[in-house]
Amino acid sequence: MKIRLIKDKVIGTGMLTFSILAVSMVLLIGIGLYWRSLPILQHHSIWELISSSTWRPLKGEFGFLSFIMGTLWVTGMSIAIAVPLCLLVAIYLSEYAPIRFKNFFLPLVNILAGIPPVIYGVWGVFFIVPLVQHYIAPSFVDFSTGFTVLSGGIVLAVMIFPLIVSIIVEVLQTIPKELKEASLSLGATKWETIKKVILKKAMPGIIAAIVLAISRAFGETIAVLMVCGNVPISPKSIFDPAYPLPALLANNFGEMMSVPLYDAALMFSAFSLFVIILIFNIISRVILQKIEVKNA
Amino acid sequence: MTQTPHISVKDLNVHIGDNHLLKNININIPDKSVTSIIGPSGCGKTTLLKSFNRLLDDIPGVNISGSVLVDGENIYNAQAEVTHIRKKMGLLAQRPFPLPMSIYDNIAYGPRIHGTKSKKELNELVQHYLQAVGLWEEVKNRLNGSATALSIGQQQRLCLARGLAVEPEIILGDESTSALDPISTKTIEDLLIKLKENYTIVLVTHILRQARRVSDYIIFVYMGQIIEFGPTEEVLLNPKEELTKEYVKGFIS
Repeated sequence: MKIRLIKDKVIGTGMLTFSILAVSMVLLIGIGLYWRSLPILQHHSIWELISSSTWRPLKGEFGFLSFIMGTLWVTGMSIAIAVPLCLLVAIYLSEYAPIRFKNFFLPLVNILAGIPPVIYGVWGVFFIVPLVQHYIAPSFVDFSTGFTVLSGGIVLAVMIFPLIVSIIVEVLQTIPKELKEASLSLGATKWETIKKVILKKAMPGIIAAIVLAISRAFGETIAVLMVCGNVPISPKSIFDPAYPLPALLANNFGEMMSVPLYDAALMFSAFSLFVIILIFNIISRVILQKIEVKNA
Repeated sequence: MTQTPHISVKDLNVHIGDNHLLKNININIPDKSVTSIIGPSGCGKTTLLKSFNRLLDDIPGVNISGSVLVDGENIYNAQAEVTHIRKKMGLLAQRPFPLPMSIYDNIAYGPRIHGTKSKKELNELVQHYLQAVGLWEEVKNRLNGSATALSIGQQQRLCLARGLAVEPEIILGDESTSALDPISTKTIEDLLIKLKENYTIVLVTHILRQARRVSDYIIFVYMGQIIEFGPTEEVLLNPKEELTKEYVKGFIS
């Protein structure tokens, strides 16, 4: 009898300990990155680092603006492509598609999620980059190598597509059938019902899916690195190359470490990425809460 | 039956997958009265009700044959416009499902879909139908508040008002009081009795006392078939069929 109670206590405390350990990783990583980037922060102010776009490590000039902008452009592009597409696919799958089609299609979508990023990168280089270079860009700009924000955005969009679709389908299936019937029985069409009732009810879930996808897109490295061109200049249009933060880190870490402050600068780039994702998550959480309060 | 039928069902058969849910249903639902469909769980009461406004259409694997005539028009006709049919019937579900919007917008939703745009007209409609279900006094100061903040009983009346706002001729109730407390139940029942002056009402219920309190006619359904149909007192107190007798006495449920 006693032993059962002790077991209960031990399991409970054990789970708490592991949960705290897991969660504290976020804090530890943040602190670690900050600590390793301290050397550069002692020479330059944070504002100086993130507002300058001059990147001349050999002369001791470290400006991260173009990398931060590169990250934002590529991520923004991918979301702009992926979200409308995913919404339509998810709505089709959960509301219109015959069950057989859905049961065939959804696992297929999930396979997409399992393909390693480097394969997306190769696919991007051999398919998307030439496509952008020869067919899309010429209608808008005089010259483009194809290694652009647009290419990165397209490749990233395909990569986050399965994530968003499967979450939104999941969310749409939790909407009670009776709510749909309520709207339909008032004489609303299927589309009116979806637009005005179902999507409204599902909005918090949809936003959560997009937030997750954006967080994923921010951090995606290898595929983006292969198709974005990696030129440390802030992009002015989607046909310019970009150099996102993760690519900077992956390309240079382990090289040129003899250059003073270089190591700390790269750590600072990792730290900036960390902060961007943190801020983004906080903002989306606030938005979510607002919506939930409004809908509840 | 002395009254003219409002809904006429002829040889209706409904299959979902391999299940034969409704078998050769033939029934005439009288105009401007309350008809209750009773029967044990899973006998096809709700399926029968939903066949009246084609809510079965979207179920995967459904197969419907036969005809349902509303005002003489077969709603399963290929030319029949489903939104038009559904607009003729207000549905009151088992539990209230307010749309995810304000109280005002819940009522205005239907009229807006069907083309009412003027703010003044909508205001009048909202007030009129909230008054019709006795909710106006309770909510008039928070029309822009969320509908889910209301009590369950209030929500169900809101749903009734929402259904009435598209000016239907028929009200379909699917165990509409099963989630409500006795007082809210009585409010809804009284409303239905009042509404039968202008509407044809079809209710699904498994509460015999409720069927007795509100309905003029009763349909007893068992295993997907109509066993007996007649005036309330006759079916409940003096059933002709053996199965009905057993159900009314509580031997089968």
